[in-house]
Amino acid sequence: MRNIKDTGLIQEEPLIFELGRQGRRGYSLPRWDVKEAEPTDLIPSTLLREEWEGFPELSEVDVVRHFTRLSQWNYGVDSGFYPLGSCTMKYSPKVNEEVARWSGFAGVHPYQPEDLSQGILRLMYELEGFLAEITGMDHVSLQPAAGAHGELAGMMMIRAYLQARGERRKKVLVPDTAHGTNCSTSSIASYQMVEIKSNEKGVVGPEAVASEMDEEVAAIMVTNPNTLGLFEEHLKEIAEIVHRKGGFVYCDGANLNALMGIVKLGDLGVDVVHLNLHKTFSTPHGGGGPGAGPVAVKKGLAPYLPIPVVEKVGETYRLNEDRPQSIGKMKAFYGNFGVLLKAYAYILSMGSEGLRRVSEMAVLNANYLMKRLKGHYFLPYDRPCMHECVFTDRFQERFDVSTLDIAKRLIDYGFHPPTIYFPLVVKGAMMMEPTETESKQGLDRFIETMIEIAREAEENPELLRQAPQKVKVRRLDEVLAARKPKLKWTGEK
Amino acid sequence: MKDFLRYLPHTEEEGLQMLETIGVKRIEDLFEIVPKEQRLSKPLDLPGPLSEPDLIRHLQGLRSPILSSFLGAGAYHHFIPAVISAMTSRSEFYTAYTPYQPEISQGTLQAIFEYQTLMCQLTGMEVSNASMYDGASALAEAVLMARRITKRRKVLLSGAVHPEYRRVVQTYVDPDQGEIALVPYNEDEGRTDEKALLDLLDGEVSAVVVQSPNFFGVVEDLHPIAQKVHEKGGLMIVGFSEAIAYGILKPPGAVGADIVAGEGQSLGIPLSFGGPYLGIFTTLEKFVRMMPGRLVGETLDLNGKRGFVLTLAAREQHIRRERATSNICTNEGLCALMATIFLSCLGREGLREVAVMNLSKAAYAKKVASEISGCRPVFSSPTFNEFVLRMDRDPREVLDRLKEKGILAGLFLGRFYPELDHHLLVTVTEMNTKEEIDRWAETLERALR
Amino acid sequence: MNFPEDLLYTESHEWVRDEGSQVVIGLTDYAQRQLKDIVYVELPEIGSEFKKGESMGVVESVKTVADVFSPVTGKVIETNGALKEHPEWINTDPYGKGWITRMEVRDKEELKGLLSSRDYQGSLSEE
Repeated sequence: MRNIKDTGLIQEEPLIFELGRQGRRGYSLPRWDVKEAEPTDLIPSTLLREEWEGFPELSEVDVVRHFTRLSQWNYGVDSGFYPLGSCTMKYSPKVNEEVARWSGFAGVHPYQPEDLSQGILRLMYELEGFLAEITGMDHVSLQPAAGAHGELAGMMMIRAYLQARGERRKKVLVPDTAHGTNCSTSSIASYQMVEIKSNEKGVVGPEAVASEMDEEVAAIMVTNPNTLGLFEEHLKEIAEIVHRKGGFVYCDGANLNALMGIVKLGDLGVDVVHLNLHKTFSTPHGGGGPGAGPVAVKKGLAPYLPIPVVEKVGETYRLNEDRPQSIGKMKAFYGNFGVLLKAYAYILSMGSEGLRRVSEMAVLNANYLMKRLKGHYFLPYDRPCMHECVFTDRFQERFDVSTLDIAKRLIDYGFHPPTIYFPLVVKGAMMMEPTETESKQGLDRFIETMIEIAREAEENPELLRQAPQKVKVRRLDEVLAARKPKLKWTGEK
Repeated sequence: MKDFLRYLPHTEEEGLQMLETIGVKRIEDLFEIVPKEQRLSKPLDLPGPLSEPDLIRHLQGLRSPILSSFLGAGAYHHFIPAVISAMTSRSEFYTAYTPYQPEISQGTLQAIFEYQTLMCQLTGMEVSNASMYDGASALAEAVLMARRITKRRKVLLSGAVHPEYRRVVQTYVDPDQGEIALVPYNEDEGRTDEKALLDLLDGEVSAVVVQSPNFFGVVEDLHPIAQKVHEKGGLMIVGFSEAIAYGILKPPGAVGADIVAGEGQSLGIPLSFGGPYLGIFTTLEKFVRMMPGRLVGETLDLNGKRGFVLTLAAREQHIRRERATSNICTNEGLCALMATIFLSCLGREGLREVAVMNLSKAAYAKKVASEISGCRPVFSSPTFNEFVLRMDRDPREVLDRLKEKGILAGLFLGRFYPELDHHLLVTVTEMNTKEEIDRWAETLERALR
Repeated sequence: MNFPEDLLYTESHEWVRDEGSQVVIGLTDYAQRQLKDIVYVELPEIGSEFKKGESMGVVESVKTVADVFSPVTGKVIETNGALKEHPEWINTDPYGKGWITRMEVRDKEELKGLLSSRDYQGSLSEE
């Protein structure tokens, strides 16, 4: 058998479709206690399925080994340091995972009568209150399923507010450091995006906003701290400029991890902000979701919140659908409750003092990392950062080594790479966000590795270009994947 | 007192060393960039911190009781094999981010590739994305995509589509950019009224949206509708909220669907009071570049070995920014993994068997209910695991009576359809035993007396 | 990099071959190098009309997208359909097999506003 190789733990694993054998089963069902119906007796045969293309047949042990092996090729926060900028890859407390699986939460139907869901509704009501307090806003909707979804809800509320006043504004101002979602959100909300250049200090200057701000502008979308990890120090002044012309200030709260207990966005003139519970509030990212993207607003926008909203009447909690000015619904039911629950548990575990310490340690870690890597990597904005910092490959360019090579070499050392080539305004960006849950030892190990890689770039650049080597697969041909898309298994070789 | 420190590893001494390296004296100095008058002078007003045991005790008090349930309507109580939580509890899966670095994300990537394949097989379509937020938002994205493809404004939306899904579609479609016309359901059949649909269908229609099984549990006859839509140059969008039905029903792809968008919660995902769920989105190959959401593709590595990557990303927000096909970024990756494991366990036989069991149990319940005086099943079209009962008394009173006996007897339809104010939507899955159904029927009969 | 003398150029990196009442349009060697491996080309519909400077198509590489701007005002009379199968031709042969569209020019005077090979190269060194 020529396929036998001594690969150690990194074993090859076929696709589930290649693994199955006809006749195997990996399931059991409740016993048949009613007569088995013949589908054709109940449903015309023209509406019934005849053909089954594919579909594996596996036993339970096949399934378990398959997915266990797959998991071993992954890297999570629990595997090690994960300094992915703007993603806040902090540790997710295990107790939160466990409680979310309790049947009294996980087994609850969204349409069960409200008197049976009082605890759940209370949890949602209180979580709204916590998030309002942390952000300094008046009202919160927990409905959006992710950050971009919250952004969309926020921009729709602004649009609805303006439309109710007979105003049809057309533009939204977006700084050049913004997340891509800000741009696509404004266009889905039918706004034209106007880009604002950040200044030489890496932040948005009031002059730049003033020169673009007019009665056609519905809102400015700012991220604070921004994606360079810098505090938008002029936000309050910018908000005044925007408000004076009747516009709104939308804040992308993706980077709230720097600010809890330090400053309230509401105090800076922000009118709408979305939060990524899967970033700041520790709920795990799940390999790309599910997340939750609650959106918080000032009083004036409250009538436009998505329905339903959770209300407390006397000692009773209820879901109110009867809100005629609401933008409507962003998704079915009430939000990603399973995620909300974990964020609620996290906030209770930390308390006010704990959350402040979270932000302090996140900022401490980022500044420490920045200070120690400065000189080894080029730092385009050399000033104190908040929760993340951005380096580039400028020093390594002369050895013909790029940010991508550095990122891939980190994998060989057992680290997850930082966010690369973002923000777009910085050429060859490496955006590092250590988060507060990384200890000094962990950081030091990463820093020493980065310094070693900088040395390798000089002495043995080929090592970087060939990286990663200590992985299941080497660099993958993304050009081939995009030119000849193969998006499902077909059985062809 | 400092219970929160269990998640924060810094010691006092390390903190000081780090501050010294940075070159500042105190933590507060790190925040000097924030104008002093903007900094908070008092702590946030929040409860806690709670220790782990205290947290558990507190949360125990918030749990809901679980009653015998005949509720469905887009959220279904199905059996979830233990394998699923055992596998999705592996933190390599659940504590990873979106797989931007393919070399250390092959687990997530291969699983999504398998998911995409399974979704194509389930819905009979050619390509699937990596998931969306839920069935409702997936359907809304399908409507936006049809508008991009056809460059037409109007959408015909069946009144038998889940009312919450319809509300989400309405929210997503800016009235200045598009128009939504509601197609009524046939009051005898419980199906989308084909005649009314044809009256509304013209060359301005970008898409027709029909759900099957629809909100009343009725299996729609999609094929003739799809033919008519295509004749007018529009697209056929098929929605669904009960994926298990496709264990026996002809997949939408086989009857002319251009886009299929629905809910995958039934495939191994817990009810969790309405989320997180799984938005399934599949379409035809020719539309792949117009599709929203992430896609995983197969490719080769430097050594010619098979591997998987995120691909066709130029459609997405982080590259195409204001001209992206959608603003979606984070999706429902872990829920997609649950569905993948669920379908791997069941296989084609299991999916068929569980579908037949749902059909059989619901048929039994429908028959038992038809023998109760004071209520009768309405709608003559075939149903899957849900059906509508009309009762002589106010269903809300009946529901209250049954709740007292520990039974959630169904969903009051007047909530969504004012004209159906004597109607109940009843859902029966493989999890409802015959004994439970009999008890439901007896209690119902007594309540109707 | 190669910028043939007999072609005209735009600041947005298209090249134009003057063929009387018609022009052939493509992306320059510089543009294809910046974009790297091109994976997909979105071509305009034949018969569609564009004003000078309007986006008439899109090229995608793995990590970026770029518009192809119409260098002149006119009507598309032919597109290079082979690029659907072979987007890489824009990389390997930008002035030959990698051509993108053929247009009928409304006003030949417009060509005078385009850059010569030398001027285009001069504008590149400023970038």
